[in-house]
Amino acid sequence: MTELSYLDGNMLDGPLRELFAVDLSTATGRCDHCGTVGPMAGLQVYAHAPGLVGRCPTCVEVMLRLVRAPDRAWLDLRGTTFLQVPMPVQTPR
Amino acid sequence: MVAQTPARAPARWRVGRLVERRVETPNAQTLVLELPDWPGHLPGQHVDVRLTAPDGYQAARSYSVAGPAVDGPGGPRIELTVQRVPDGEVSPYLIDVYREGDPVEVRGPLGGWFVWRPQETAPVLLVAGGSGVVPLMAMIRARRAAGSRVPFRLLYSVRTPADVIYADELRRRARDDLGLDVAYVYTREAPDGWRGEPHRIGLADVNNHGWPPDLEPLCYVCGPTGFVETAADLLVGLGHQTRRVKTERFGPTG
Repeated sequence: MTELSYLDGNMLDGPLRELFAVDLSTATGRCDHCGTVGPMAGLQVYAHAPGLVGRCPTCVEVMLRLVRAPDRAWLDLRGTTFLQVPMPVQTPR
Repeated sequence: MVAQTPARAPARWRVGRLVERRVETPNAQTLVLELPDWPGHLPGQHVDVRLTAPDGYQAARSYSVAGPAVDGPGGPRIELTVQRVPDGEVSPYLIDVYREGDPVEVRGPLGGWFVWRPQETAPVLLVAGGSGVVPLMAMIRARRAAGSRVPFRLLYSVRTPADVIYADELRRRARDDLGLDVAYVYTREAPDGWRGEPHRIGLADVNNHGWPPDLEPLCYVCGPTGFVETAADLLVGLGHQTRRVKTERFGPTG
């Protein structure tokens, strides 16, 4: 194989569930570099590094980095302008 | 209204045990795991499986769940189908060493994107490359279990006829599950009497065995990265909307 193969953002759910209460793979994210808005499940995830690197499928810039050590985790979302997370509808009290 | 999902427990590792093993092909086996407090899952979801060596070294891999959970005497059971990745860290262990009764850690269910919900009404096209058939089989099994009449088509690319995972069940379901069509692409060796030469998936395969884009089907593509790239590009090229083509790639590690 000449180029590193990548996985889909689907696989981020497990690693990110350690940090978040919701499934971020179904969240929508905006790439800070090119502005593309799409599902985080659509990111190209490179898992060959000491951590996980999620890249925008349109411009291939880095949107997310996650590194897990035994006693801590680093999450770098510089490349993500926003995350839009589906939430249960709030009913008025 | 909120999409119905099974209650989501925190992402903790649960301890499961192997209760049964089935040989699917020379390189793929189905592992039936008993998970006493399993909360249920949706077709297409995956789990992370973690192994710990005596020296504390840990390795985790993602595996798709192959069908709906079933109740056993010791609690819910889920099935994972594992394809052997030569030189992999986890898959050779699960296939060759892991024994009935042995514990394993499981985290999930995971992933709410690459799922099919039985209340969906759009026709479905499933495109599988190799062991990418596993989450798609979960959808086929869930469709029948839910009594759904949504038309399903499976286009399944394999190297040779001997590499077809779930071969008998697919033959039976193609006959008995009304509204399910199954077609194959053989890349190295086709069965006797097969029309045409072995080839990699191409436009004609997707065109002949898929749905026209006007029907706005849901397309699920799962397989190795290169296969998924090709198949998803073909679908989008035929006019399917990108957001209706859901993909799940698996990498070279196992």
